[in-house]
Amino acid sequence: MRQITYAEALYEATRQEMERDDNVFVFGQGVDDHKGHYGTTMDLHRDFGPDRCFDTPLAEDAMTGLAVGAALAGMRPINVHQRMDFLLLCMNQLVNMAAKFSYMFNGTYRVPLVVRASIGRSWGQGAQHSQALHAMFMHVPGLKVVAPTTAHDAKGCLVSAIRDNNPVVFIEHRMLYGLSGHVAEESYEVPFGQARLLAEGGDITIVAISHMVIEALRARHHLESVGIAAEIIDPVSLSPIDWDRIVSSVEKTGRLLVVDNGWLSCGASAEIIAETVERLQGRRSIAVGRMGFASSPCPTTRPLEQLYYPNDRTIASRAHSLVTGTDDGAWMPEGSDAAEVTEFRGPF
Amino acid sequence: MTDNKTGLSTEKIGALYRAVLRIRRVEEEVARIYPTDLVKSPIHLSIGQEAVSVGVCDVLEREDIAYGTYRGHALYLAKGGDLKAMIAELFGRESGCAGGKAGSMHLVDSAVNVMGMSAIVATNIPLAVGHAFAIRSKGQPAVVVCFFGEGATDEGAFHEAMNFASLKYLPLLFVCENNQLAIHSPAENRMAGPGLAGRFSSYGIQGRQVSDENIVSIRSAAAELVSDVRAGAGPRFLECTTCRWREHVGPAEDWDAGYRDAAEEQARFSKDPMRFLGDLLNAEARAAIEGAVTAEISEAFALAEAAPYPEADMLIDHVYG
Repeated sequence: MRQITYAEALYEATRQEMERDDNVFVFGQGVDDHKGHYGTTMDLHRDFGPDRCFDTPLAEDAMTGLAVGAALAGMRPINVHQRMDFLLLCMNQLVNMAAKFSYMFNGTYRVPLVVRASIGRSWGQGAQHSQALHAMFMHVPGLKVVAPTTAHDAKGCLVSAIRDNNPVVFIEHRMLYGLSGHVAEESYEVPFGQARLLAEGGDITIVAISHMVIEALRARHHLESVGIAAEIIDPVSLSPIDWDRIVSSVEKTGRLLVVDNGWLSCGASAEIIAETVERLQGRRSIAVGRMGFASSPCPTTRPLEQLYYPNDRTIASRAHSLVTGTDDGAWMPEGSDAAEVTEFRGPF
Repeated sequence: MTDNKTGLSTEKIGALYRAVLRIRRVEEEVARIYPTDLVKSPIHLSIGQEAVSVGVCDVLEREDIAYGTYRGHALYLAKGGDLKAMIAELFGRESGCAGGKAGSMHLVDSAVNVMGMSAIVATNIPLAVGHAFAIRSKGQPAVVVCFFGEGATDEGAFHEAMNFASLKYLPLLFVCENNQLAIHSPAENRMAGPGLAGRFSSYGIQGRQVSDENIVSIRSAAAELVSDVRAGAGPRFLECTTCRWREHVGPAEDWDAGYRDAAEEQARFSKDPMRFLGDLLNAEARAAIEGAVTAEISEAFALAEAAPYPEADMLIDHVYG
């Protein structure tokens, strides 16, 4: 099968859906510029016209409302944000309106709306251009949240998000855009609420989110070298989330490490551990751990930024401690940062 | 027969009178029974402001789209919303327009294009703009009319939405019901700059200001503006000075609370659309309309009170669409 990048997969999904359904349109700051948001919207305005792919004023609040209103009128908007940080300007419309309209009006309306948002890892982007705020949206009934990791899932999840009759927050990690994977040319859906078992192992379950899935897969290699077999799960969809897959894996391994691409407090990792422990209560006693961003805003300077994120070695070290019962940091594999991290260049 | 003062036919005057009277009597009945706690949620009455909804909606077609606010009883009824479903909704019953999940602040009737109303000030404005964008994209002939108070024009969302509506030349009429009060805060404490019309015109949106609170003036301005919008002139605004007779939220009058000019209380009756229209009709015509409206309202309240509450499984129904 052919390989294309994550960004190309997003472009292809969008293009195919726009060809399939005239109600699909893409808008957001810069979607019709010469960069086309990492190429994901490149030249769609030329092919589909300025009503179906257009730039917007710097007005995130009203543009989100615009999407909700258009969705209520039967369209399927895709609103693209260059940074997830900007979604904080959209919270009123997303939480008070988009998430409420189906329920509050007892099924009178559907809000088919995709909000695409790029997240870090930062590359000197600092505190306001690198945040991953998926947990805030997971908190809200009525919203769906997906964070695909592979090019295959990027395409299938975007197709599913566009066809979904609900508001979907679609999270894309910048360091994933350039990674390639096998992607079918024809259109396909990746259903929400089905986690992906990426590697089997009997010693510990590692649930990782977004780019941390890539780091967790690397950590698995380190762990193999010391005889530990880690099972790696990518939830893909965070709301709804595939509890059965996660819980059955943890029931087998007895250990759960959640590696989030976000903060820990009230975060996705807290939710995943709490639900898993609740479901296994009385059946299986488990060891748990969680990793994520340092509890600080993201620093800009590289040495501190490196410490801010978990990486393959720190993940392996933590998993090792959970499995062996040794102190944190008792074992730390050798290695260096991954290519997509070290080779990433700005300024964007 | 045409009335000389208003230029309207007797039938039209009767229809407008019926619409205003119906809203007034419905809300008076809601206020009367409110102490019984049958309506277990806040109410924001439109009494005193009926002329705006009735005057504007009279020139709209059924397929035209209306976006309103938590003070939405008048708009809902004026646009043709189902009265029985509204009262059942206020009573939290399954037969309510939203199965009891919405209540007074979030009325909806998709059959007549009354869009679900919002209790967050100004949030409905971007939605109306998006709806108008969709209508234009689909080549549909409808006009979107968005009602809001002058307080909404303080919000950033209003300004962002005006900019986009004007930029894209969308088929919208913005109707600002200017009652000069945001809860208890008077406009002069909140609003800098050249006033409401200036807020619209700074985005290139033209319109009309109607300050005489007369339903005929409002209707005629709305007719002209809707016709412009329908003809593709882009968005228009209509600012109507009006007066909220009751407290911000709740059934009572609060003229003695000290936050507004007592002279208004005296002046309001001279501008009452119900009296104005009623005086243009003969006693017989008036009595016939009143009898019919009273009977309709009694039936709606009786039906609502007898209707069942939603079943427990409705709690988590429709979280997702």
